[in-house]
Amino acid sequence: MSSALIEITKLGFAWPGQQELLDIPEFTLQRGESLFLKGPSGSGKTTLLGLLAGVQRPDRGQICLLGTDLNKLSSSARDHFRVDHTGYIFQQFNLLPFLPVLENVLLPCRFSASRAQRATSRHGGIEQAASQLLGHLGIPAALHQRRADALSIGQQQRVAAARALIGQPELVIADEPTSALDSDTREAFIQLLFAECRTAGSSLLFVSHDQSLAPLFDRCMSLDELNRASRATEL
Amino acid sequence: MYLLRLALASLNNRKFTALLTMLAIALSVCLLLAVERVRSEARSSFASTISGTDLIVGARSGSVNLLLYSVFRIGNATNNIRWSSYEWLAENPKVKWAIPISLGDSHRGYRVMGTDTGYFQHYHYGRGKSLQLAKGRPFNDVFDVVLGAEVASALNYKLGDSIVLAHGVSEVSLTKHDDKPFRVSGILAQTGTPVDRTLHISLGGIEALHVDWQNGVPAQSKGRISSDQARALNLQPKAITAVLLGLNSKIATFALQRQINEYSGEPLQAILPGVALQELWSLMGTAEKALFVVSLFVVLTGLIGMLTAILTSLNERRREMAILRSVGARPWHIASLLILEAFSLALAGVLLGLLLLYLGIAVSQGYIQANYGLYLPLSLPGSYEWSLLGAILAAALLMGSVPAWRAYRQSLSDGLSIRL
Repeated sequence: MSSALIEITKLGFAWPGQQELLDIPEFTLQRGESLFLKGPSGSGKTTLLGLLAGVQRPDRGQICLLGTDLNKLSSSARDHFRVDHTGYIFQQFNLLPFLPVLENVLLPCRFSASRAQRATSRHGGIEQAASQLLGHLGIPAALHQRRADALSIGQQQRVAAARALIGQPELVIADEPTSALDSDTREAFIQLLFAECRTAGSSLLFVSHDQSLAPLFDRCMSLDELNRASRATEL
Repeated sequence: MYLLRLALASLNNRKFTALLTMLAIALSVCLLLAVERVRSEARSSFASTISGTDLIVGARSGSVNLLLYSVFRIGNATNNIRWSSYEWLAENPKVKWAIPISLGDSHRGYRVMGTDTGYFQHYHYGRGKSLQLAKGRPFNDVFDVVLGAEVASALNYKLGDSIVLAHGVSEVSLTKHDDKPFRVSGILAQTGTPVDRTLHISLGGIEALHVDWQNGVPAQSKGRISSDQARALNLQPKAITAVLLGLNSKIATFALQRQINEYSGEPLQAILPGVALQELWSLMGTAEKALFVVSLFVVLTGLIGMLTAILTSLNERRREMAILRSVGARPWHIASLLILEAFSLALAGVLLGLLLLYLGIAVSQGYIQANYGLYLPLSLPGSYEWSLLGAILAAALLMGSVPAWRAYRQSLSDGLSIRL
């Protein structure tokens, strides 16, 4: 198996009835690498993440995750594959407000046997795994059984990070996870995220328009550099 | 199992709407079952108003009319029948027993019926249940009266009380037989039939009441005959209203019916109570069916309310769906989540509805029996009721598949993007 986690070749995608939004000749993300992907809103970031998640299918080209061509999988196999190998952190409102904090972290283990199994083999049980992760991310045990919406936004984002990391997925995708945080908590959050990704051995694909965070990452790229379609519109 | 927990947690998050929806379903289910129970109870209590009587004989009119006045004490006879006709009937070898009935007087809205003691022995209701005296004994004296259970309890009469009967059957009667009071000699046990609303006196009593009447008005003071004088007179009635017949063999019923209908002495009519009861019920059956249909529509309204509530929540729950998709829920998981939600709402509604029904029956059972003569049993739902409940749940599943389908489509198109 190659060391590349994500390999995109000759990818093209357009929403129905619109001109081509993405045209990416080549893109790779190495295992264990943290990548900052910069892009203003409307540049096709969310669409790219949807393609990486296998929720949308490319019109042409190939997306390989861990050497598996997502295109060749059935839609339910893609759903399986996604949760087995990827953790997500959204901009905000990441949690199901009506579930307790701990239960929110456990969600991926409920739908993916392999992540539940990895969490168990490492921590001795999925609940232990969840509470250890929450502990590392600075959520005190007293809050674990509280409803998720009782927490502050900063705390909620850390819970979301714990959920993305449980069961050590190979890839963590974060879609502007810090946009709702103030600048002090922003950097602390990213440091925590780095530390946990390193422990779990996960690659981190971090998408944001906030250039100030870029120096913290192994690598920084702009979506516009990658995407020929956007250059075409600019010209 | 996990999906069910998720669905319940999500419902719990929308507690208020969920509770209202559930309550709407519960009330509609309760209404449907209550209507169903009253309906079947009314039907069976109606059909068992009279049993063991093979033929009812009266003056020629309609069979329903004859049944109404002879059994239900509703309306009046068009004509009387002669005592000689009764004797002719009673002497017929096919006849085992013949009970004469004489109607026309009342007491505070309750009908008075003159008969003989054979009535207490041969009149049956339900599945061959005979009349039982709760207190006292049948009439013995000319001025004895045996009360139906409802008459006694509604008017608060005890054994030995003195009662004045009124002439005619209207609630407010102008002429009272106050010169000849009756004494309560017995009170019948509850039957749930019109017997409960009847005062029974002897045929002689009926005669004695009217013995001094001339041309349909009471005699003036000097022509009056006192109770004691009346006792000494020959109180053989000249005419009665109807006759209940029991036969030695049921096979002879039709032959005897024809023989009575062709009787040359006077125009008579014999009816089979079962057939006439059915005829009467089919008249009222339309109302009963309409009631049932209305309550079905109420249930449908409850379910549509649920559908509306779930569909409205779909938009605000797009985020919930996207989060679930991101942690590995597949579109069919999302769809089943919504179906489970609809199903658990309906199930909770049905259970609450049953609870309400039983509470309602427990609370109102006595009142309904006392006022309407309907006994609503606190029994477990019958197979028909179970199938009604099953149909409601199936309908809820079907309705749940509408938002499920929409959420399925939505989660496919939204994917992981969170739309607010």
